[in-house]
This record gives sequence, structure tokens and C-alpha cells, in this order.
Amino acid sequence: MPTITLSKKELLETIGKKLSDEELADRISMLGTNLEDIEGDEISVEIFPNRPDLLSQQGFGRALASFIGALGKTGLAKFVVEKPKITVTIEKSTEDCRPYTACAVIRGLKLSEQKIEEMIMIQEKLHITYGRNRKKVAIGIYPMEHITTPIRFVGLAPDKIKFLPLEARGEMTAKEILEDHPKGKEYAGLVKGLKHYACFIDGKDKIMSMTPIINSELTGKVSHSTTDVFVECSGFDYGVVSTCLNMIVTSLADMGGTIEACALKYEHGKLGTITSPDLTPKEWKIDLTYINKVLGLKLSEKEMGALLEKMGFGYDEKKRVVFVPAYRNDILHMVDFAEDIAIAYGYENFTPTIPTVATVGEESWKSKVERKVREILVGHGLLEMKNYHLVNAEDQETMGVNEYVKLKSCVSQEYNTLRRTPLVSLLVALTRNQHHEYPQKVFEIGRGFKEAREKDGGVKEQEFLAVLLAGEDENYTRARQILDSIALGMDIQPSFEEVDKSWSLEGRAAHIILDGKVIGDIAEIHPRVLTALGLEVPCSAIILKLDVF
Amino acid sequence: MDIAKITKKLHPYERAVLLKLKDNITYSWLVRETGLQGVEVMRGLQWLENRGALKLEHKKTTRIILDKNGEAALERGLPEDRLLKALKEGPATIQDAATRGKLDPQEASAVMGLLKRTSRIEFGADKVLQITKIGEQALGKDSFEIRLLRKLSEAPLETGELTPELKYAFDNLKKRRQMIKTVEEKDRTIYLEPLGRELIKADLSGEYADKLTSEDLKTGAWQKKEYRGYDVSINVPTKSPGKPHFVNEAIDYIKQVWLELGFQEMEGDYVQTAFWDLDALFVPQDHPAREMQDTFYLEKPAKQAIADKKVYEAVKAVHENGGDTGSKGWGYEFSKKESEQLMLRTHTTVLSAQTLNAIRQGNAALPGKYFSVDKVFRNESLDWKHLFEFYQVEGIVVDPDATFSHLLGYLELFFKKLGYEKIRIRPAHFPYTEPSVEVDGWHPEKKEWVELGGAGLFRPEVTKTLIGKEVPVLAWGIGMARSISEYFAITDIRDLYNNDIKKLQTIKKWVK
Repeated sequence: MPTITLSKKELLETIGKKLSDEELADRISMLGTNLEDIEGDEISVEIFPNRPDLLSQQGFGRALASFIGALGKTGLAKFVVEKPKITVTIEKSTEDCRPYTACAVIRGLKLSEQKIEEMIMIQEKLHITYGRNRKKVAIGIYPMEHITTPIRFVGLAPDKIKFLPLEARGEMTAKEILEDHPKGKEYAGLVKGLKHYACFIDGKDKIMSMTPIINSELTGKVSHSTTDVFVECSGFDYGVVSTCLNMIVTSLADMGGTIEACALKYEHGKLGTITSPDLTPKEWKIDLTYINKVLGLKLSEKEMGALLEKMGFGYDEKKRVVFVPAYRNDILHMVDFAEDIAIAYGYENFTPTIPTVATVGEESWKSKVERKVREILVGHGLLEMKNYHLVNAEDQETMGVNEYVKLKSCVSQEYNTLRRTPLVSLLVALTRNQHHEYPQKVFEIGRGFKEAREKDGGVKEQEFLAVLLAGEDENYTRARQILDSIALGMDIQPSFEEVDKSWSLEGRAAHIILDGKVIGDIAEIHPRVLTALGLEVPCSAIILKLDVF
Repeated sequence: MDIAKITKKLHPYERAVLLKLKDNITYSWLVRETGLQGVEVMRGLQWLENRGALKLEHKKTTRIILDKNGEAALERGLPEDRLLKALKEGPATIQDAATRGKLDPQEASAVMGLLKRTSRIEFGADKVLQITKIGEQALGKDSFEIRLLRKLSEAPLETGELTPELKYAFDNLKKRRQMIKTVEEKDRTIYLEPLGRELIKADLSGEYADKLTSEDLKTGAWQKKEYRGYDVSINVPTKSPGKPHFVNEAIDYIKQVWLELGFQEMEGDYVQTAFWDLDALFVPQDHPAREMQDTFYLEKPAKQAIADKKVYEAVKAVHENGGDTGSKGWGYEFSKKESEQLMLRTHTTVLSAQTLNAIRQGNAALPGKYFSVDKVFRNESLDWKHLFEFYQVEGIVVDPDATFSHLLGYLELFFKKLGYEKIRIRPAHFPYTEPSVEVDGWHPEKKEWVELGGAGLFRPEVTKTLIGKEVPVLAWGIGMARSISEYFAITDIRDLYNNDIKKLQTIKKWVK
């Protein structure tokens, strides 16, 4: 989850109230964000992925001020959007590379060092989270004083692209950017295989940016002297890019700018000519009974309205309509208001209640069987082990198991397959215990995995008991005695049939058979297997399927 | 203490030792004198020491014994004496003198240096060696070296008991090749305490039987016998029982808590499709948590078709446009390929999703309360605070009348059983719950809030799609590693599944 750094001073100015660090910490946590730290003027907060609109100093400040109930700061924030003065033409050539963009102009900004940093943070954090690392949305901010209008959004053949990218020494072609420029290398995967790369081009045919990779040094770098900026978000879905634009322009407006719309002329698709941004709040019907039922509260319309306003929504009591700010993208269902109402009500103010539903507790049959079998083995003086289900392929192969379920790109590379039975885990565990006294008598109840043969594919999982007896005097008979006492205790009458296992000593292994089906094996382990694993004591083992009980 | 009372408790080994015991003797001496085995004497001594009768002190001694060349020198004289003797017959070159004294050339040149340094020989004209006055005098008497060798041929000596002269000889000889060698020996010295002094004087003649036998009982012989008393305060050798794994003990306890609260246990596969693990829980298909670095996807087999077409279509619809749940949905095109990927379940919430589906099919009860305590998997590297498989405590309450306040009620009840008297909740976010909460518990020792787990009400996109109607479902997923590690004082979380036999044998039980 992304963490943002906020200025405490600025935050308190936005709230317009003096708060101690403790009060601030408490309110930030209870707003539904995770406070990491307050140190000096710096506040670090982790933002949940459903609230990208909180990823800026301004967005966060706006929400917190409303939540705390600062005077004049609750309810729906109002933003004025000036009529468009410039046009952005989205050419047909963008259709197969990056078809959608939403744009706006912000004028009258006074950019200090801190403000520029805040602007960069909004862009970065939105790129990573909401933009899914620029895949879904890429954002560009350009100083108006260096660009000439009108602006075009065009898909260009890579060999037609040449400009001076940010942080480069000279002009570079598209190919050079992707191969040599740090940002180019980082995001090259996003344009791989495309015939056209999407670029913003200004009225003098200068390339402003090659999105989603990099801006031009000449037209795409904001400085202290910049007062007006052009903002664009591009991607594959107009709804997604326009919501992203709304989050940015509202933050920049809170920074002191005025929002001016852009006319967008789409030469492909069904949008035609539209203006962006559209900051009209969305209207949602709300049902008080539903909200009260979910939360277990008895709120009145008025109380609910006040709580909604604390969370930055507008509410029309007569129409029972909630106005959702255009920068919020997390309202999918009426239930999402329930959470915001609960947060505004204060999680700390709910009374824990135990309902009186009569239900009967019941342990699964599997757990019952495990408990009984465990009791029998502990009675025999065996120690229970618990190993990982993930084991090394080599260890399985040492036991002659060559078909196993394999995992993709494991971070811990030595654990790359799922075990066929827990016996392999026990053997490996004993190799780590050789400095301790023998005999070592252990068991594990756990799952084994193999590829399913059914046509749907998938994996067959089986609950096993594995017993391993290691020591000078441990042998087939000892193992069989233990199995016999399980059979007696669990009331089954198995028979035994000699078998050759890939891991057993010839003539000293048996299938355990019940009703004509093999339900397990008992065997002395082949010295080849023991030696390969590095064990120097004789071992005997039992494998038993537990679903036979 | 009453001496008679003590003598009655003495073990036969102690009695045997007491018969020969004196102050300031060694253990090895006592072994020789009693004729008992070393371990028997040691047992007897240790028990007597436990009674406060004596004190044992470790002593390390170095014994000197003759080596090969030393034995030869005793027979034929030391090489320097032989060279000296040869020169007494008349001056000679070193080679001639060596031949005369039957020394090999190497030996001869080695002792020549020694003899010159001590002025017993000197060079005459033409590099010819000749004996000096001092040399002649020396020939007349035994050197310290030869005296030491002779003593050693009688019995080994301890370095501590050498006279200054012999010490001088020892220092010289130990520098020379294979003359003598030293052996380090450990022994113990016994010092008597006042009680010991009394015990050795005491009457040890009484007869006490060591064991009560079934023969004694059958024949009634016990009526005429006296039995030796034990020292009941001493430690006995440890014996390790069979044991359930300590983590399973904790799990059993937690299962018990839910069973007592009327919950039914859920179970299911570890390997799941992304469909059940994530899609059915309304986690968008481009959610960052689905990426390879967090999730174990399977390479072989890699996918599995979703058998239940009805639920597949419903889930697809809810992602794309909200289906019939009243939601907007995520608004993207649902991918079958993404759905069919096989993976190790990332949470046991997948079992809750399957239980909701079972309710729709009439295979599970509504209202109903369900739980599981089972393994989940995350593609992480192992280190002291991370495991790639660990336990999650999962619970759901499916009840038309359930509310957010009930969720808090259940959580409070459960965590009390785990030792957290006070809990608090904070807003949180999970894609499948709304409202969502993070539960903190007040840690009684650390005196701070610690994170315990996540909870919430399942979203209608989950419940309506899986159950077929919108019923409130309270849900939680709680980690257990913290509670278990703290109880067993484990600081490196890998130790939970390290399976060290000694540790498994000696770890305490989960008593809660």
C-alpha cells in the first residue's frame, strides 16, 4: 500500500484548528488511513487502495478537515470549472496504442519548492496505485508558457519520434529512449510490440511527451516561474482517465489554482467532442433502512445526512440522494456509504453485541480422525512434526517421485514443489537432527499432492499420516506394530501384500490393503535413499491415507 | 542430621566408597582401591557430594612417560655422552667421532652443538674436535637427563612433582625428538566435609535391601527386611515422552473456542483456482495482490476449468457490471484465463466463499456460523519474521439479522479467549468486505496496541452472487503466529516449523 508524506503545518492550516499530535494521530487512524509516523513537520500515512483521492496533501487535508468537522469544511466541496479555451484533438492513430485522454488547464498557481514537490508526489502516487504503474493511467503535467495550442494526441510510428526527453543530454529517438533512457528502460514493457507510440504534440509540432514513458525537457518541465499548467491523463478507458484527472485538478485547485476545461475532439470511438474535466457530483439513491440494518444502528435521516457530510458527500434529505464528489471512485454499491457512515459515526462508538442465534458447533470429520490417530501415536512415544507442504524437487526425486505438482517462480527457490506425501518432509527433517540422540521416532499428519487425472485437470489432495522410525533397532516389525495398533484403535482390518517401492528395501515393503484397495505402505527405507539424503541410521516408515477412516 | 538415618539411605556404591574414603585422595586412586567400575565410584561420590559429605574438585594433571628415543638412550646412553666417550679416545673429525660412537651423522651434528655450548668439547687444529676438562668431568657422572629417564622407566611422573633438577632435565628433553612425551589426564580430588568425616567412622554394617521385589511380596520376606531409603530431592535422568506438535496444541485450543461458540468447521483444498480464491471474492483481476511476487501460482498443472458454470457466470457478471447485486461492478472485461489459473490459496476466505456457494446449493445451513483454522500461502522468502505458509483463523456468520455490532461482539469474545482483554477496531480496506475493520488488541505485557487481524461484512457483490440472495455475512481472517510465538517464547518465526527433536521434546504444553 502506498505511503504519502504530508506537512503537518499545512494540514493544520487546512483544518483550521489546533490539534495535538495524539489527537491528530487518533483522527487520522479513525478516518480509515493507516498512520505510520508523525515526526517534526512530517506525517507519514498509508492510504488504502480504494481511496486514491487521498494520495495528495490537498485531497487528504480536505477529507480530514471534513471528518473533524472543521467550520465550513464539511459536505460536498465545490469546484468551479471555467469554460474551455484550448482544444485537444485525439487522432485516430491513438486507437491501437493508447486511445483515451482527459485533459485540463490549471491557471494562477504560485509554485514554491514545496508545492512543486507535492505536485510530483500526486503524480507519482497515482501512477503507482490507481494507474497500476502507468499501465492503466499515465499522467503528464506541462508548463503552459512553453507550449503552443492547439494540442494533438497522436499515435506516431517509432521512427518518426525524436525529441529531448527529461534528464537527457541530447535529442533521442524513440528507440534510443527505450534502450538507453532510465525511464525508457523501466517502462519499455508497456509499449512493447506497438506499431504506434502515443504522443502529445503542440501547435508548433513539438513533441511534448511520449506517453506513458517520458515528457520533453523543453515542454514538459514545471518550474518556479510556472503559473499555468496543462494536465493530461491517458489510458484505455475514458471513465478511468477522467476520474484520475478529477483527483489531480481538485488537488491543484485546493493548491490555489483555477480549473479551466479543455475541449476534447475524439476522431475515433463514440465520444465525439466533449469537455473535460467533468466535476459534476454523481447522484446515488440511499436507503436509510438498509444502512441502519447493515450497521445495527437507529440513525434518523438527519443524522445520516450529517454523517455523510462529514465524509465529504452532499446529501439531499428530501430526494434521499447522496452527491458523490467526482474525484471519488470507490462507490460501487450503496453499502459503500455504510462504511463511510460508520467511519463518521466512529468505529469506537459501536457497542459490541452477541446475537442469540442457536447453532450447533461441529468439528470436521477430518479433524476428529486426526485427533484420534495423533493420540495413538503419542501413546507409542512418537513425536509429532509439522513441516512445510512445499519441498525441494530434488528431495522428491531422491525418493523416486518424479511426477509432482510444480510451482511457478518461487521466491524461496529451494521450495519449488508440493510434496507427494509427508514422508519426504520427515526424512529431510531427520537429516537436520542427526546431532540428537537415537532412536528418533516421529510422525506427521498432513497433506500430499498430485496432478489429478480427471479431464478438468487440477490437483488431487490427500490427507496422509507418515511415520518415520530411525535407529539401529528400528525395522519393518516395529513399524508394523504401530500400524497394527492404529488399525485396532480405528477399527479396520487391513491385509498386507509385498511390494517394491522406489524408496524401499527389496522384500521389506508392503502395501496396506483394505477392501481390495491400497490405503498405504509400510517399508524399510532403501539405503540408497538414506545415503542420498545423508542419513546414517536405518529407517522404517508408514504412509497411510487418512480418508479411509 | 542423624547419622544413622543417613546410613540407612546409602546406596551400595556409596557404602563401598565410604569404606576406602579418606581426605585429599583422587578419584582414580579410589577406583583402584575399591575395585569398582569408574562409573560406580563416580555415582557413589556424586551422591555423597549431594548429601554434603564431600567436595569433588576437578584436577588436571600432566604425566610424563618415556618415548622411543628415551628408551634407546637408557639402553645405550644419551647421544651426547656417546659422542663425548668417542672423543675421550682421542681427537677426531665429527664424522670419525660419529662412526666411533655409532651415531648417525644427523644425531652427531645435533649433539655437537649442545656439547660445544656447554664447553664439553672444543675445536682443535684442522677442525678436529677434542674433549675438554669439563667434558671429562661430566663423563664421570650421570646427567640430570639420564636421571629423569631412569626415573620415568620406573613409573610415570607428574609435572607438578618434579625437583628443580629434574624439571631442568624435563625442559631440555621435551625439546628433543621422541625422548619423552606428556599425557594430559583429568582426575578429581576428594575433600571431606565434616559430615563425610563422621560417615567414614560410622557403622555401615546394617543390611538394607535395595529393591522391593515381587518375590518379597509373594513370600512375605518384606516383613523381615529393611529397605534402603532414597534421596528424593536429587534429579533423575530425563525421559522424553511422545508429544503432539506444539502448534497443533494451540490450533486445537482455537478450534475448541469456535466449537464452543456454535461454529461449524469448514475445510477445503489448498490448491484453488484464482476464481475461487479471488474472483468469487470480488477482488478485481488487475489487483496488485494477484501478482506473482505475492502468490504461488502452479506451473504444472497450471489451470483448471471452473466446473460450476452458474456461479462462474454470476461472478463474471458482477465483475463486469455488478450483475444483479445493485453494484456498478469493476467495469472491465472478465478474463477466463485469469480465472482458471491454479494457485495455493492466499487466504482461507476462499473456504468462506465456497461455504456461501454451498448454502445456495442447499448443502450448508442458513443461518449458520462457520470457521476454519488452516494453512494459507504467500510467495515470500523465509526469514525471522516471514513464512511462506502459515495459519489463518477464518470465521463467518451468515445470518439475516447480523449487523456490524455483532461482528465486534464475536471478535471481542474470541480475543478474550486469546488473552486480549481489550480490543479496538479501526477502519481498513479489503476488496471483499464493507465496512472493513482492522482489529487491534491491547497487549498486556508490551502495553501497546498490536494488530490482530482483519474483519468486516462481506460485500453484496460477494454474498448475493454466491448465496443467491443478499444476506449479511460477518467475516474475519486472523493471523495466529503472534499469539503462538509469544506463548512459546519464539523470536524467530521459522522455529515454529524447524522440527528440532530436542525442542519438540522439551517445549511446554499449550495450557489455556
